[in-house]
Amino acid sequence: MTGTVGGLDVEAIRADFPILSRTVGDMPLVYLDSAATSQKPIQVIEAEADFYAQHNANTHRGIHMLGEEATERYEGARATVARFLGAPSPESIVFTRGVTESINLVAQGWGRTFLREGDEILLSEMEHHSNIVPWQMTAAITGATLRYLPLTDDGQLDLSDLGSLLTERTKILSITGMSNALGTITPLRQLIEAAHAVGAIVNVDAAQLAPHQAIDVTALDVDLLGFSGHKMLGPTASGGLYGKPEILEAMNPMMGGGEMIHEVFKDHSTYKEVPYKFEGGTMPVAQEVGLGAAIDYLEALGMDKVRAHEEEITAYALDRLLDAGATIYGPKDASARGGAVSFWFKNVHPHDLATIVNEQGVAIRAGHHCAQLVMRRFGTPATARASFYVYNTAEEVDILVAALAKAEAIFTT
Amino acid sequence: MALDDIYKEVILDHYKSPRNKRELGDATVSCTRNNPLCGDEITVYAHVEGDQVVEVSFQGAGCSISQSSASMMTEAVTGTSVAGAKDMAARFRGMMAGEVEPDEDAFGDLVALKGVVQYPIRIKCAVLAWDVLQEALDGGEASGEHAHALS
Repeated sequence: MTGTVGGLDVEAIRADFPILSRTVGDMPLVYLDSAATSQKPIQVIEAEADFYAQHNANTHRGIHMLGEEATERYEGARATVARFLGAPSPESIVFTRGVTESINLVAQGWGRTFLREGDEILLSEMEHHSNIVPWQMTAAITGATLRYLPLTDDGQLDLSDLGSLLTERTKILSITGMSNALGTITPLRQLIEAAHAVGAIVNVDAAQLAPHQAIDVTALDVDLLGFSGHKMLGPTASGGLYGKPEILEAMNPMMGGGEMIHEVFKDHSTYKEVPYKFEGGTMPVAQEVGLGAAIDYLEALGMDKVRAHEEEITAYALDRLLDAGATIYGPKDASARGGAVSFWFKNVHPHDLATIVNEQGVAIRAGHHCAQLVMRRFGTPATARASFYVYNTAEEVDILVAALAKAEAIFTT
Repeated sequence: MALDDIYKEVILDHYKSPRNKRELGDATVSCTRNNPLCGDEITVYAHVEGDQVVEVSFQGAGCSISQSSASMMTEAVTGTSVAGAKDMAARFRGMMAGEVEPDEDAFGDLVALKGVVQYPIRIKCAVLAWDVLQEALDGGEASGEHAHALS
């Protein structure tokens, strides 16, 4: 493996990931499941370990040296996140354990405060369950109504009827920036403009988008945006929520407790300012520090090159899969999608496919990918999904296709 | 080759040519359940007279393990007593939990599914049809009417 792919020196990158030298039996590991979770470079592993080894203490209370160091690193990570997302200040970033928590925070902290009966929440049929279930819970309590943007057969948002779904009754549009099941990149700028025009705010689920493409929340004028660290080379239980200051100010906290209060009396308490109002209890400090290191790693690669590499590998994969006879879900044009490729191969059930290719060292996912609405829309209970990230190569695509042929051999004799 | 454990000829045979895959017009009990993890779905129909399982059939869609297990199940329990069918279901679950050595005579083709034990996440696929059968038979006995279909 020589040369660069989309400007990335993948061989050099792979050397940073200890887990990629694991084998499955005798076969080298071909990890094609980054949409589920990404692998971690040694730099991130060491950043988190170094925190525990050298700087560990609780944050924001410690007058002692370690308390200061821990706080410095935690807040340093917050500033790193703000820079990465193009946010105006570190205070616009609330740390969470990932997008699911971020969306629950919006659905509860904003949704339960402001939504009334007759109000509408607009989602889409391509959403991950984490951007559906919290809204169902909030709708049940507030009496608001859920509505869904439908999908085209190509797996894009069907915006032909947008005017009747996005109306003055819509108070919030909560939408993915990049589908984990279909790979589709949504037209966020257009949607945010349309939502603001009717007085609705927009919350973006950037779980797949943030790892794969540069985001500028200020240029997008997005109101709220959640992301997960573990999908972007960072630790599990890291992530956050970006919010415009006036929106975060108006939101109520979800996790009440220590750290997020100013004063506590028997019958009431006063809360700290944003973002600390939303960071109750001891936060996953070491993990957010690891997230900071993950962002440093990605920024050193260059997000434009990260995206170029993804487009190149995904285009190659789509080509080879279609050639081999696979049915692809979502856009066939790599420029319109991310690297999560859902497919059926001949008539081999995804569960069987995943088991067989695992024997060849290939890790793919099979199931509904936390997107049962997508599965139902396309009339299938499950798909196989291969997803690519910065450490994947064209040769790994070839190994996947060869492993699919093996599955075909078993099921057609 | 470890794959041979799971994809034995007999499993593939039942998958490609499932036995008793049809609705049962004179079913006295039926039950539908799916495995939401992967979308395997099985409906079991049984015609029970007294304490005899006269006929069993199934409908469904899903992976080779879930569907072949359902096919084998219909062959194994047709003509047995209700108690015998439930006992076999318990012993099959035991085999899949690695606790019971299968009785090849009684289990027949089902023994082929033993290899699935090495792939823990697929065990649910193999057991699904038996859980649905159990629920159909339990519901049928309790109420004398069709068991509730679960969707």
